[in-house]
Amino acid sequence: MIPYIMCFILFLVGLYGVITRRNLVKIAVSLSIMEISTFLFFALIGYIDGGVAPIVDPADPVKTYVDPLPQALVLTAIVIGLATTAMLMAVIIRLYRKYGTFDIREIKNLRG
Amino acid sequence: MEIALSIITGLMILGALYAIHAKDLLSSVIACGIVGYSLVICFLLLKAPDLAIVQIVVDTITLIIMVAVVLDSSREEQFSKLDTGGYISAVTAMVIIVVLLYFFAVSIQNLDVLGKSTLRMAEHYIEGAAQKTGSANLVTGVVFDFRGYDTMGEAVVLVTAVLGVLTILRLKGKK
Amino acid sequence: MKGMTIIVKKTTQLISGMVFLYGIYVIIHGHLTPGGGFAGGVIVAGSLILVTLAYGGDFLKLVKEESGTTIVESLATIMVILIATAGLLFGTHIFFNNFLPKGIVGHLVSAGVLPLYNIFVGTEVASSIFIIFLSLIIFKEESPQ
Repeated sequence: MIPYIMCFILFLVGLYGVITRRNLVKIAVSLSIMEISTFLFFALIGYIDGGVAPIVDPADPVKTYVDPLPQALVLTAIVIGLATTAMLMAVIIRLYRKYGTFDIREIKNLRG
Repeated sequence: MEIALSIITGLMILGALYAIHAKDLLSSVIACGIVGYSLVICFLLLKAPDLAIVQIVVDTITLIIMVAVVLDSSREEQFSKLDTGGYISAVTAMVIIVVLLYFFAVSIQNLDVLGKSTLRMAEHYIEGAAQKTGSANLVTGVVFDFRGYDTMGEAVVLVTAVLGVLTILRLKGKK
Repeated sequence: MKGMTIIVKKTTQLISGMVFLYGIYVIIHGHLTPGGGFAGGVIVAGSLILVTLAYGGDFLKLVKEESGTTIVESLATIMVILIATAGLLFGTHIFFNNFLPKGIVGHLVSAGVLPLYNIFVGTEVASSIFIIFLSLIIFKEESPQ
């Protein structure tokens, strides 16, 4: 049970970072931390005691494999997380070139 | 195995706390990369080698892009005093965290003990999968054969993200 | 953009070919060992990024590379959807049908249409990540601060 609790606490740390930080790069870093906790939770669900990695060896078939379905979902999610983070970084560098600061309060005051 | 997982996730929490509160932006970005690399060790302990390979290369690319953005600027977080906006956001964060903790405490009773999951779909995907799809790697068989729609959706999302990046980072319009 | 010092250039000359070959190995053996299209695609993109960062390149060459890579990425995505639609013509007439013969589990040429999927998805992922990196560099070149 303890890995599940640690996973939740990591998610809450990321959420606290997104809500209270004013620097844009810190917000992007906290979003990345929230995604990492989600991947860890999915991999924890699919684990079976005494199982081996889900690669079939035709010479000696094994009785118990680890569940491959959550691993397939996380595989897709990791690459999509990379695409989202890259797009967020493109927006951040564009904002920095225009306003000269990373702070969201000052950008709100300077706009217009 | 549970002890090793608990220690590594505890260190991940410490790294995440440092990444949020660091004064220098480059240190914060590198701490985010280190949390991602610790996830690779967790994946290897949970017998998922496919995920470990993907996470290690994707985390390297994320680190490269973030450092390319941070090195361009003054690299420091301007620390200013707490004003009313800061107090409101801190109180909001506390309220949301307390509500979420209550819901986690209620739903953790329904989770199975780590390692003895009772998902019924696991047997249907594992038995006969090597014969039905013909591949020795069960995760590839599930990703491309049993759940092919998700893979097609992910390929389309990647193309859309590239289109978005190309549009945002374009300076000169056509005359 | 400027390249790097001579030590970095010589090291890149020695190892970038091996990283590219390793990426292609991970893509092609996706149905036998851990890896597959996504991991191999990102590794191939990593080797291309290494060569670009070490040797630099002038502005027009980077713009031409970017426009060529977008064509490769679009073609790879179209091929993925075409192979999925070709499953409607053979066998049991469903989308994403695995219509080629399955072969013996554990051999290189087996698992029907899965190695083709791996190759095309790997090409598409590699070009996507290379385009994201190139557009970031071109943006920094075009508007120096």
